[in-house]
Amino acid sequence: MEKESKNYTTISIPTPLAKKIKERIKGTGFTSLSSYVTYVLREIISSDREENEEAFTKEDEEKVRDRLRALGYLE
Amino acid sequence: MIKPHGGQLVDRNVKKKDVDLEGYKTFEISTNTSEDILNIANGIFSPLKGFLCKNDLNNILNEKRLENDTPWTIPILIDFDKNDIKDIKEGDKVLLTNKETGITSVLDVEEIQSYDKKSIAQNVYKTQDVNHPGVANIYNMKEKLIGGKITVYDTKVREYDKYNLTPKETRFLFKEKGWRDIVAFQTRNPPHIGHEYVQKTALTFVDGIFINPIIGKKKSGDFTDDVILASYDTLMKHYYLKERAVMSILRTSMKYAGPREAIHHAIMRKNFGCTHFIVGRDHAGVGNYYGPYDAHDIFAEFPDLGIVPLFFRSFSRCTKCDSVVNDKICPHDQKYHINFAGKKIREILRNGQVPSEDMMRKEVSETILKFDKTFVE
Ligand SMILES: [Zn+2]
Repeated sequence: MEKESKNYTTISIPTPLAKKIKERIKGTGFTSLSSYVTYVLREIISSDREENEEAFTKEDEEKVRDRLRALGYLE
Repeated sequence: MIKPHGGQLVDRNVKKKDVDLEGYKTFEISTNTSEDILNIANGIFSPLKGFLCKNDLNNILNEKRLENDTPWTIPILIDFDKNDIKDIKEGDKVLLTNKETGITSVLDVEEIQSYDKKSIAQNVYKTQDVNHPGVANIYNMKEKLIGGKITVYDTKVREYDKYNLTPKETRFLFKEKGWRDIVAFQTRNPPHIGHEYVQKTALTFVDGIFINPIIGKKKSGDFTDDVILASYDTLMKHYYLKERAVMSILRTSMKYAGPREAIHHAIMRKNFGCTHFIVGRDHAGVGNYYGPYDAHDIFAEFPDLGIVPLFFRSFSRCTKCDSVVNDKICPHDQKYHINFAGKKIREILRNGQVPSEDMMRKEVSETILKFDKTFVE
């Protein structure tokens, strides 16, 4: 990534760590330090498995429940 | 409940009264495009709120991600004839309607752009061959794209609507059923024994299965929608626990984009609330454009997809094991194996005959054979 691109930014990590990672990704599908670090960071950022609570109003909820009952999906 | 893709379930449905839609230029759009709009409005395509603008489109083609780095592999586009929109400028709103879906929707014209069809074909379909049905569709599109948010004001009740649940409804349903881990199964065919085996193998390790057939425009020779739904109804009635299996339809066109479409299929199921997604051999493939396991390999590019793929390589009946097996669990030679060739089963049914019960449940075959029109012409 010699060329400056608005899609990428440069970050600094300690050189010994970079060396270790380079060793580690030899023979794997990762073609560069950057692609490996991107992969790991994406993995970490998405592992935030915070529960998602649907913002249902009471009225909404009743409507959905009624329809699911009418169609036989709920008893 | 798993978070929708991108973090929030999109809802672009608005009750009609509060706006005056008179005066907007109106376009009668294709049924396929209107189904894309409904899928956006109902959150099936979350986080998309409309049709793609240039930056997102380019990023999808080059990086398989939206501009904000969220995984997204299939461009969702609306095309216009340049003469039809010569008076339309960015900042306008246009009304989009379709008779079949009864849709009334508004598109905010955020960006009007020309585009490179060959680049879309090559990046999405990995080929520029017009014989590829997805590529042919791209080449048949009109010259201009409009990017921008959509809002749906009205739609009508259609055939199969009793099987048609929105992500809001499936998420509520799964919660009511007490399901946490849910595996989704994508299909375009009536179930044979091999499908049932895959579904039940996956179901064994989760709380419930969501069977989600794609309904809509198909190739000639495919099973009709009626046949697919009735055959699953029959299978589920006789061979599944009611509290462990749910079926509802997905109205969207097949793109036959192989690996990229496998990711798209997984994202839609994540939005329905599923945590796992079954990916078979040559998922969403056509002809010989993709390797049989390209649709497995592509998942390695998305550590942040948020839904777990379950890969199945093969399954067949082994006469030595006397059961349905896959290549990981059966040590026996090929000569003991009978494959579940969809083609062969289709041929038998086409001749009005009943496939062997090793291939298809008797109740399912009987259900299929009751139909006058089994296949799309
Ligand atoms: Zn065996």
